[in-house]
Amino acid sequence: MILDGKCPTGPIQQTWDKHRFDLKLVNPANKRKYNIIVVGTGLAGGAAAASLGELGYNVQAFCYQDSPRRAHSIAAQGGINAAKNYPNDGDSIYRLFYDTIKGGDFRAREADVWRLAQVSNNIIDQCVAQGVPFARDYAGYLDNRSFGGAQVSRTFYARGQTGQQLLLGAYSALSRQIKLGTVKMFNRREMLDLVVVDGVAKGITCRNLITGELESYAADAVCLCTGGYVNVFYLSTNAMGCSVTANWKAHKKGAFFANPCYTQIHPTCIPQAGDYQSKLTLMSESLRNDGRCWVPKRKEDCGKHPNEVPEEDRDYYLERKYPSFGNLAPRDIASRAAKEQCDDGRGVGPGGRGVYLDFSTSIKRVGADTIKERYGNLFEMYEKITDEDGYKRPMRMYPAPHYSMGGLWVDYNLQSNIPGLFVLGEANFSVHGANRLGASALMQGLADGYFVIPYTIGGYLATVKPSGTNTDHVEFKKSIEDVNAYTNKLLNVNGKKTVSEFMRELGGLMWENCGMARTKESLETNLKKIPALREEFWKNVKVTGSGKEFNQDLENAGRTADFLEFAELMCRDAHHRNESCGGHFRVEYQDQGEAQRDDANYCYVGAWEYKGDNKTPELHKEPLKFDNVHLAVRSYK
Amino acid sequence: MSDHHKTMTLTLIVWRQKGPNDPGKFETYTAKGITEHHSFLEMLDVVNEDLIKSGKEPICFDHDCREGICGMCSQVINGAPHGGQDRTTVCQLHMRKFKDGDTIYIEPWRARAFPIIKDLVVDRSALDTIVQAGAYVSCHTGGVPDGNAILIPKPAADESMDAAECVGCGACVAGCPNGAAMLFTGAKVSQFAVLPQGKPEAAARVKNLVDAMASCGFGNCTNHYECQVACPKGINVKFIARMNREFLKAQFV
Repeated sequence: MILDGKCPTGPIQQTWDKHRFDLKLVNPANKRKYNIIVVGTGLAGGAAAASLGELGYNVQAFCYQDSPRRAHSIAAQGGINAAKNYPNDGDSIYRLFYDTIKGGDFRAREADVWRLAQVSNNIIDQCVAQGVPFARDYAGYLDNRSFGGAQVSRTFYARGQTGQQLLLGAYSALSRQIKLGTVKMFNRREMLDLVVVDGVAKGITCRNLITGELESYAADAVCLCTGGYVNVFYLSTNAMGCSVTANWKAHKKGAFFANPCYTQIHPTCIPQAGDYQSKLTLMSESLRNDGRCWVPKRKEDCGKHPNEVPEEDRDYYLERKYPSFGNLAPRDIASRAAKEQCDDGRGVGPGGRGVYLDFSTSIKRVGADTIKERYGNLFEMYEKITDEDGYKRPMRMYPAPHYSMGGLWVDYNLQSNIPGLFVLGEANFSVHGANRLGASALMQGLADGYFVIPYTIGGYLATVKPSGTNTDHVEFKKSIEDVNAYTNKLLNVNGKKTVSEFMRELGGLMWENCGMARTKESLETNLKKIPALREEFWKNVKVTGSGKEFNQDLENAGRTADFLEFAELMCRDAHHRNESCGGHFRVEYQDQGEAQRDDANYCYVGAWEYKGDNKTPELHKEPLKFDNVHLAVRSYK
Repeated sequence: MSDHHKTMTLTLIVWRQKGPNDPGKFETYTAKGITEHHSFLEMLDVVNEDLIKSGKEPICFDHDCREGICGMCSQVINGAPHGGQDRTTVCQLHMRKFKDGDTIYIEPWRARAFPIIKDLVVDRSALDTIVQAGAYVSCHTGGVPDGNAILIPKPAADESMDAAECVGCGACVAGCPNGAAMLFTGAKVSQFAVLPQGKPEAAARVKNLVDAMASCGFGNCTNHYECQVACPKGINVKFIARMNREFLKAQFV
């Protein structure tokens, strides 16, 4: 099937404004008759629930954490982009649009990206109005910093915790609506099924994580704002609870999964210290404003204390390879360059899996106090984890899985191929193409939540009759029965291996064979090994306790079971895409170490349809057209 | 950095409680093969893996981001919320702070407003209730002025940011002998009180937040300042003073 993204046509500058006018409206008095479910309360979900509640819809919002304020958007450190051009350095909506299309290696939809760039400015205004304490200069104006993949300073920030401050802004707006009664909040709930009635999304089935009870919720539309899936690698920068579960359940109910092989490996994370490790910690890309990446030129120097390696024996490999962007090369490129140096035997630290991020030049230039003011909390975090002082010796960094550009397929209205199912933020596939630029995830989450869904969902609801919150329909009962049976199946395997052991094994396979570099052979290995591991899981996993109580082992087991299915799709997608683009690097397709796209054959969105357990999924394509930014080899040299 | 291969054996005395109405009791466990690079939660992961393998129920504890920002982790370690290391959440506490043979007591947050759900997991929704009472600027989505139309002097922006660093973990409540949430609430009041955007609603905000604090069952401040010591983000007790000042001011509006 050829998919239609339903993008508006005409001059790109007018697409969103024209589309907003063309969308049908729901009369203010009728809004309260409609019910909307929002799953996930990060930037996308929190902003959507708050904005939809404020418009007058009845919103039910869900999160697995104990409070909507804890979603993993909170961990974003560096900043949020907007095309304000406050620094007068040549920025514009068009440039942000252009940088994002190019940064995504020409694998995103132009119209969606244009809209993102256009509303980016509204986001900053909105957050300031909410009282988000962005960094300011002494005259009281908003301050900016630079991020990778751009030659302008367009990133707004709040110390090293921009994500937390933006999330608290959305959470405060959400809290206001909860108080007003327009949003009903359900904490500690995990969505375990999408309820589809006559082909239309009508509700969800959740597990109450405190009591274990399964609960049904019905609505006229369901918004999934459930984040990304890079915990499929086991070790990633995601929170422990981040999973593919909600998206995967929706996929199994018919929603297409687009470009699952596009995953982002972030270049600057604290290297793994041991096998026991449960997660990796990212160090903001903003550090590359003032930090210089290097490894020793000679292998013999790798064991030396970094301060004993003289300047002339250091290879500042990003500055060498990409002189015009230098240390601010985009993430996919910086990650691959780091891996390249380590594969060449010039990595540092345990196992030679590390590169230096060195602040000494900047400390000499602006002083340690300024560096401390810019990144103090990051240096502190680094010291807590590694016991090393980043001011005195260069930090050690290694790439780690961080973000998923792929996600559920949506059209321009953020609606999936299932009517009534909308997907926002990282959970959808829409704007980042094959690689996301830094400080763009926060921008997308809030754009979707504050400024896109409030318009587009109205266009859908205006065409359907309100159906209330009654969950008596047979599909709700069936869903509860299915989830219950699945839970019991997990609990009754009663094998010998723990859930974590399976997840570690799966993560290892994915990192090794579907990580920063992929080959036809490595992917074929995984396409054999993953089904075998899944089979073993269902024969030999050990899950303690019961389904009728607070049971974290059971939660993890369910998430792992879904990753074991999803991982295969991810490898299948990577295997079918015989090109390299952005974060998807197929070793066979490169030109002097740079990703080599095949626009003649792969300039499309690959969206997979679930065809049943252990059946081959079907690929649908949405061709990508580039009318404004011409397809070109992406160069940062 | 010291030797990578040396491992520690520790005795853990952990609070186990099946549910809110269960009396609960301490149980003793041994943590083996722990290195100085394990985080405290990774040490508990090791213990839980052993428990699962021997068919026993693992210790339940809240955690999520494991990088010190989500505020989900919440354990009292040897009597100190988050373990007592300066500006550190449990998930960022590393085992290099302990030594081989140590005995470690692990308990949940204990406060009237935080009922225990299971083991080390407590219900902190009272903190959400305080926020819902008015810890926001009542602006609408859209229709707001340009970000630079509201100039904010750097010292005010910085002070607001100092208050906004709170991660809402509740350690201040757990550390307070009165189970008060004054530091949490003071930080919320102050974040907005110092900003021009927060001024129009300042009086109503502080009154509503203080009311919510009392009705949620939190105690009052008697100036022990244990909250500031417990806070993993270094929130200063000066924000409690500011809340009191704002509260007093609000009586005359």
